Amino acid sequence: MAEKVVGFAGRPDSNPDIKPFWDAATEGRFLIKACTTCGRAHWYPRAVCPFCMSDRTEWREGSGQGTIYSFSVMQRAPVPYAIAYVTLEDGPTMMTNIVDCDFSGLRIGQKVRLVFKPTEGGPPVPMFTPV
Amino acid sequence: MSVKGKAYIAGIYEHPTRRAPDKSVAQLHAECAKGALEDAGLTRDDVDGYFCAGDAPGMGPLSMVDYMNLKCRHIDATDIGGSSYLAHVAHAAEAIAAGRCNVALITLAGRPRSEGMATGTAPRLGNPAQPDLQFEYPYSPTVVNMYAMCAMRHMHEFGTTSEQLAWIKVAASHHAQYNPHAMLPDVVTVQDVVNSPIVASPLHRLDCCVISDGGGALVIVRPEIAASLNRPKVKVIGMGEAVKGQMGGNVDLTYSGARFSGPAAFAMAGVKPSDIQYASIYDSFTITVLVQLEDLGFCEKGQGGRFVADGNLIAGQGKLPFNTDGGGLCNNHPANRGGITKVIEAVRQLRGEAHPKVQVKDCSLALAHGTGGSLGTRHGSATLIMERE
Ligand SMILES: [Zn+2]
Repeated sequence: MAEKVVGFAGRPDSNPDIKPFWDAATEGRFLIKACTTCGRAHWYPRAVCPFCMSDRTEWREGSGQGTIYSFSVMQRAPVPYAIAYVTLEDGPTMMTNIVDCDFSGLRIGQKVRLVFKPTEGGPPVPMFTPV
Repeated sequence: MSVKGKAYIAGIYEHPTRRAPDKSVAQLHAECAKGALEDAGLTRDDVDGYFCAGDAPGMGPLSMVDYMNLKCRHIDATDIGGSSYLAHVAHAAEAIAAGRCNVALITLAGRPRSEGMATGTAPRLGNPAQPDLQFEYPYSPTVVNMYAMCAMRHMHEFGTTSEQLAWIKVAASHHAQYNPHAMLPDVVTVQDVVNSPIVASPLHRLDCCVISDGGGALVIVRPEIAASLNRPKVKVIGMGEAVKGQMGGNVDLTYSGARFSGPAAFAMAGVKPSDIQYASIYDSFTITVLVQLEDLGFCEKGQGGRFVADGNLIAGQGKLPFNTDGGGLCNNHPANRGGITKVIEAVRQLRGEAHPKVQVKDCSLALAHGTGGSLGTRHGSATLIMERE
């Protein structure tokens, strides 16, 4: 099956506060932003906590484990692909693709694990595959 | 200061075109403006407030006020996607109540069909300063697969079926058969919908709205002006707005911002969902309608599938006649933004000017609701409640 080309928007330093995420991704490490004031992790990463507006947020290593919250297989595309929201073991739910599997077997609640996939002209991005 | 009853919808116009390869976007805006002013019995010189959103070309109100050579003392370019124009009605009512303008003109127009835009199926690359973009664009989110994920989750949590969603399209098609301008005037069945090809699972081709060129316009006026015009009087009595997003990662795809904008509008109007005789409900997809009906309180959360089944949304047949022009699903979705046509059909119903086959008898209380942006990521919600005086 043909591989879907994965695009990247802008450059890793387009948003300077987010550059550490892409630097880590390039090394194969998956980071999550968490707040040292209220203690909660959030997604997508921000410099200012979306729960308490504290600017004391820090990068933490994510476990890379999660479950499918919802998904959809885009049939009307040159190469069909599965888009999903995955709820991370670390708390937040993130948009991603489910890859390296038979899409017909996908279901909500399924356990998935992180795999980095290369992009065209950008750093690798976190995707997930069934455990 | 309550804005309830301080403004009237005096003029409406839906451009008859659905494909406009030989017209410019600015021209379509101006043609709609002319149509709505003529409908109200007003002229360009009466306009002193102007409202438009992201579909307006160039610098929005700067470009369009200049193109139409208006003299405005109040402008507003609030853009919450397809729900913008419902918010504009609310903002116009507030501006009129505050004495900032007397006659507010709202326009929408676009030509995605002539421009060959793959509205629902192509990811859109924005500016990477948009804070979510780098964490979403690589995964190819499209309009349709974002709404599809909402449908998938709704089915998972509440047992909603594709057949129940299909009833929404079936109802819209029953209405569209009487609209000579509708893009899809043929009545369809539940089987037609569920047998149409999957675009993004679980949504089929016939779960999606049309892509059309065209536009619409509204004229909102102060009570004294409404009283002087020779038109049925449609008063704005309730309004609500909300934005819902991913909530820092606490994603919940089972409800929309209508959960907040709806109760606000009902509270201002002093009416309840069971009082509403006609509803214009944003119908970019069948699932959009189902989620909004629940959030607006027409049925319990999770019961939307049962509520829409068996023709309950069909005029003359069901309990809640909806989108009697055929809606975005069958009639028109100009500029990929369906908010203005939602207000227009509600006003037609309240005036008694809907097609006789779909006109709600003695319609005196109507609701219009819009969802703009993406139900699956971040969207605006705007609710209006209108009363015939
Ligand atoms: Zn915090």
